[in-house]
Amino acid sequence: MELTPKEYQSMVEKASDPSPLWKDMVVAFLSGGAICLFGQLILNGWKNTGLEQKDAAAATSITLIAIAALLTGMHLYDKIAKHAGAGTLVPITGFSNSIASAALEFKSEGLILGTAAKMFTIAGPVLVFGISSSVLYGVILYLAGMF
Amino acid sequence: MDYVKAFLVGGVICALSQILIDRTKLTPARILTAYVVAGVVLTAIGVYGPLVEWAGAGASVPLFGFGYTLAEGVKSAISSDGVLGIFLGGTKAAAGGITAAVLFGLLTALIFKPADKS
Repeated sequence: MELTPKEYQSMVEKASDPSPLWKDMVVAFLSGGAICLFGQLILNGWKNTGLEQKDAAAATSITLIAIAALLTGMHLYDKIAKHAGAGTLVPITGFSNSIASAALEFKSEGLILGTAAKMFTIAGPVLVFGISSSVLYGVILYLAGMF
Repeated sequence: MDYVKAFLVGGVICALSQILIDRTKLTPARILTAYVVAGVVLTAIGVYGPLVEWAGAGASVPLFGFGYTLAEGVKSAISSDGVLGIFLGGTKAAAGGITAAVLFGLLTALIFKPADKS
């Protein structure tokens, strides 16, 4: 089989691009949607126990975080995440995974400077900027309420 | 019906986020940080609250929902506690999630073995 360099180049590109955007998006849609559907199932479950909306939402977050940490410990979450991309990163389970996987991976550097310090590599910035922006919002709300 | 809404809205948010992963050099840390801040902003301008009402877990489970919880917490704390609510509201509302993430992260490290690197 004779190939021009150009044809060869396009073949190489095709072979080395294992995941075109649309395919990744479909997988992220399905996996992320499934996690949120599961979250809704848990949310309704907590509501059925008599919790009001706000408390049921908090209980749902706690439940999802616990499950994701467990799956991380069993080395299953990272396996799924390899394929699911944003589908497992963006839900709150991804936040839990970022903490649990760092906590576990850096255990060898000790409980204090390994596990406890490194678990905040991703969660730290999330908390710093999340909390700070909510305070900024609060200041604006409070000032707006004074006039 | 709420299951369909949760699946669709959660799925669309994750599918759109995939564009950020594939087409930009943003690291997961930057994406998650941006999403929480965006969740605060979208709640502040009145967009995210109605979406959470409509889509339930589809909007509250993605990390925007964490920002929504912080912002809503600050808002209701200011109306009940006044100026102190600016400091108390956000983390009070998000306390369950933060505590769970830290505690279960620690337990994971204590109970399980790190992945075999070989």
